[in-house]
Amino acid sequence: MKNLRSLIPYFLRYKKLLIWGIIFIILSNTANTYIPVIIKNAVNALETNLKMEVILGYAGMIVLVSIVGGVFRYYIRQTIIVMSREIEFDVRQDFWTHLLRLPLRYFKDTSTGTIMAHATNDISAVRMFIGPAVMYSIDTILRLGLSVTIMIQISPTVTLAALAPLPFLSILVYYVGKKVHTRFTLIQEKFAELTTKAQENFSGIRVIKSYVKEESEIEEFSVLSKEYLERNMKLVKIQALFQPLLFLLTGFSVIVVVYLGGMKVIQGEISLGDMTALIIYLNILIWPMIAFGWVINIVQQAEASMNRINKILNEPIDIADSDSTDYSIKELTGSVEFKNVSFSYKPTSPNVLDSISFSIPKGSTVAIMGATGSGKSTLISLISRLYDATEGTVLLDGKPITTIPLATVRTTIGLVQQEALLFSNTIRNNLTYGLKEHNEELMLKCSAIAQFDKDVQEFPQGYDTIIGERGITMSGGQKQRASLARALTIDPKILILDDSFSAVDTHTEEEILKNLKDFMRERTSIIISHRVSTVKDADTIIVLENGRIAEKGTHDELIAIKGLYNDIYTKQLLEKELEEAE
Amino acid sequence: MADQKNDDDVLGKAYDSTLMKRLLAFIMPYKQYVILAIVLNVLVAALGPLRPYLTKIAIDDYIVGKNYPGLLMIGIALIGTLIIQSVMQYLLTYYTQYLGQKTILDLRTKLFRHVQTLAVKYFDKTPIGRTVTRVTNDIETLNEMFSSGIIMIFSDIFIIIWIFGFMFAIDWKLSLVTLSVMPFLIYGTFLFRKKAREAYRDVRLYVARLNSYMQEHVSGISITQSFNKQDIELSTFSDINRDHRDANVRSVFYYAIFFPAVEFLTYAAIALIIWYGGGQVIQQQITLGVLLAFIQYTEMFFRPIRDLSEKYNILQTAMASSERIFTLFDETTIIKNPENPKPLKVVEGKIDFKNVWFAYNNDEYVLKNVNLSINPGETVAIVGHTGAGKSSMINILTRFYDINKGEILVDGINITEVDKRELRRHISLVLQDVFLFHGTIRSNITMGSNAISDEQMIKAAELVGADKFIRTLPNGYNEEVKERGSTLSVGQKQLISFARALANNPRILILDEATSSVDTETEFLIQEAIQKLLKNRTSIVIAHRLSTIQNANKIVVMHKGEIKEVGNHQELLAKKGIYYKLYQLQYKDQELPVQ
Repeated sequence: MKNLRSLIPYFLRYKKLLIWGIIFIILSNTANTYIPVIIKNAVNALETNLKMEVILGYAGMIVLVSIVGGVFRYYIRQTIIVMSREIEFDVRQDFWTHLLRLPLRYFKDTSTGTIMAHATNDISAVRMFIGPAVMYSIDTILRLGLSVTIMIQISPTVTLAALAPLPFLSILVYYVGKKVHTRFTLIQEKFAELTTKAQENFSGIRVIKSYVKEESEIEEFSVLSKEYLERNMKLVKIQALFQPLLFLLTGFSVIVVVYLGGMKVIQGEISLGDMTALIIYLNILIWPMIAFGWVINIVQQAEASMNRINKILNEPIDIADSDSTDYSIKELTGSVEFKNVSFSYKPTSPNVLDSISFSIPKGSTVAIMGATGSGKSTLISLISRLYDATEGTVLLDGKPITTIPLATVRTTIGLVQQEALLFSNTIRNNLTYGLKEHNEELMLKCSAIAQFDKDVQEFPQGYDTIIGERGITMSGGQKQRASLARALTIDPKILILDDSFSAVDTHTEEEILKNLKDFMRERTSIIISHRVSTVKDADTIIVLENGRIAEKGTHDELIAIKGLYNDIYTKQLLEKELEEAE
Repeated sequence: MADQKNDDDVLGKAYDSTLMKRLLAFIMPYKQYVILAIVLNVLVAALGPLRPYLTKIAIDDYIVGKNYPGLLMIGIALIGTLIIQSVMQYLLTYYTQYLGQKTILDLRTKLFRHVQTLAVKYFDKTPIGRTVTRVTNDIETLNEMFSSGIIMIFSDIFIIIWIFGFMFAIDWKLSLVTLSVMPFLIYGTFLFRKKAREAYRDVRLYVARLNSYMQEHVSGISITQSFNKQDIELSTFSDINRDHRDANVRSVFYYAIFFPAVEFLTYAAIALIIWYGGGQVIQQQITLGVLLAFIQYTEMFFRPIRDLSEKYNILQTAMASSERIFTLFDETTIIKNPENPKPLKVVEGKIDFKNVWFAYNNDEYVLKNVNLSINPGETVAIVGHTGAGKSSMINILTRFYDINKGEILVDGINITEVDKRELRRHISLVLQDVFLFHGTIRSNITMGSNAISDEQMIKAAELVGADKFIRTLPNGYNEEVKERGSTLSVGQKQLISFARALANNPRILILDEATSSVDTETEFLIQEAIQKLLKNRTSIVIAHRLSTIQNANKIVVMHKGEIKEVGNHQELLAKKGIYYKLYQLQYKDQELPVQ
């Protein structure tokens, strides 16, 4: 229960609902456990041949008391279950608030699927604890206490004998529930496999057909389906036990009352009315005893789920404003400096960047080249402070990046990532994502610079076209140009292009670069590219190799030192000449 | 966040005789289980209601009559019924589940088999997810109907019939009085189901919205963070989260009112029994035992009625699912095989396109009067702008699609006259977007074919230069390949797909060159591999690489569905036609990627 303790503050927030809920449980149970007493008195009265009016009175009382009990029962759900929904809302809210601020490092290590599982399954497991589990456990304890007290007053021996099987009922429900849970998980795993297989087959149907593999695919699928059937039948074997055992145990209790109680009636120790009351009490107790075993399972699952949720909530937000943040820094002009910066994604893993030092004056253009894995993307993510350097300092406008408010850093930098991610929303909302207030004119201008405006005109609803699953699908090049436009709308002092034209054809790329030249006049640009033609005009070119700066200088300077850059350049030139020669 | 309704959510009627007939056809092989289940049902249903009747006898004859041995007998009889009921209930549950599982296993494999026969055209026009849902979730819904739906409806109805039977056998007047609550109970239960269903539909909508929102924004977290939009995203999230909570709170109302209402009706019935029955007892019309038996019966009504109300829901969703399943069964987009296929045992590799016209839809021709003759062993490069009809050439040669007019000949035989599978065995296809299957490197190269020996497989991998990197993997050729080959690089995936094509040693090779950029070293590997791949066989390449075009015997320039120019690199450049322009635009700038 250690982890569930972290729910206490939430319960306290809704203590009013909880307290009222408990009061309603007490009231409702008091009413309901009184009804068998009325029935008992009625039957007893009938045995002694009483008057019709008295009988009518008892019947009326039953109706009245059950109405009272029912009304309170209605309010139990309206308080406790509603409370559980409120707390669920709060927990989910806190979960998301925290998640949004977690450093990118966390998302690199954790798959979206895992996070989604926590957000859905775990939170609803915890909700089951807060709502039904709390409700039924209080309800069961009260009902058991009240009923047994009255039953024992009628006949201690019959009561004990009749109730003896009921704890087994709870234990049974608990164990069967547990087994069902594990076997069910196994079924779900197989089902996922089956789904994956179908998915893979249908997506790769061209390959399958061209290699004439339909039959073996059908075979594999049917093997999986059979395994799925077997796992299901394993669950059935356990699950099918449940109902008969329930019959046995509860039926046995009733038989005990009929037999033992019957004997006592014959002996004149109790009345027929007493016996009737005992039978009705048994009926009242069966469901709570079932619920009890169920509740224990819920609590265990909730404990495990809360543990996982707490782990996320305790995940440190290490990239955030701190005591050393200087909130007077509201704007930046765009100079960037790295002083002996090293970086590794994990303390145990090797450095991705190693003692990097350079400085970029505001308004200049810097190009970064290097092979895949040389650290280019890592380097620029340090400038946006998506990560913090492990060693050394990154400075913007001469101030350590950690002393600048995070909001200032991020609103200064327009980052166009390699993988252009857009949200399933309208194009307009995507392009103006970074803006506080909508600015149509600005959006249109940026869209034109990014050479995206003509594409939009072709879309059915122009800028109102929805993209993604529910709307149109854009090509890779269109996505890249859209994400460039999105970065331009925030009026960035520093623009970072991380291989942002990989899916854009060379002709369009040239057009965009030409447009950008004007836009970037007063701004700092940092461009990652593979193409010499893209980088050669930059003020400085940095060539990275295995996380270190291998070369740095202008195009001419780097050509002169005849190193890596020169190699790349000559190769690309050679290729060109080769083409021209033939 | 537009909330368009998915056609998968639409529910219709709960019973449709045509659909039911088709479904029953799948149960027929297991009819002995159906009969067994129904017989068990009738018996099990009787045993529960029998016990209050036995209790009545115990009270009236033995307790009031002070007969100890009689009471013991009743006790034993009660335990007997209980044990028999439990055993039969177990068998019943087990066999109905087994029946359901068997039936859906048949349905599922049959459906999957059917889908395998469908033409590529079907897959091109249908979202993959939809077909996946048919063979997975939709079939699963039917399982619920088979195992707990149809047969359990009998069970519930029989229980109610038995209860009524016993009650009327004991005292018909008291029965009528007691059953006066029934209409309320039935109406209330069905009303509750309906309302709860509606409320639940709302909840589901918001759950889906919450999930898709989170899914998208977790994947796009770097965008949100780099644009500093956490606050906005939090407030958008709050709105959805709030809607979700409110929908749930609304549904609480129905549950909160339903369970107490049922309890109240049960007690009302008991009150009626005491009032009317009590009067009868006073008048000595009935015994106390009767009264107590009736009180017990009132507590037995409810479960079967509630279960029946749930069945409506199950049937309705099952009908909707089976309608979708049978629509897929009825899908007839297939490429027909000839009845008496001509043999195509050894292929030379000569290909002729004669006056070929082809359209994906109606008359929108994407290939117009294409004439092309390819000699055995020749390499032909097809170039052209996007939409020129290059991919269509692949689609029709492999008979993924059939042409509208004209004919395609392989070794002089019209391809519609041979078994399409025979045809495809001679053609290896390497697609731009390499598709690797979950399995091992080995299974991906051999495609599960036993005809390819280990030596042949390794030789193929060596030839295309894939062997080197495969050997560096911890398990070599047995290294696990994840779904879509996610653990391999783009270049590695391409090399594996080359090895796959080569291992099959086809007479005809179709290669759709990938455009994605790879590092220089891999690029050289790929270029070399392509040259080896094209050697000694008829090859058709949709080319993106300058080196490939230059090495081709023939370059075919396509433009808007027509072949505009044919010739080699030099000839076509000299022509200064479309190829010349294409070259300037697409190939001339082709540079070597950075090392």
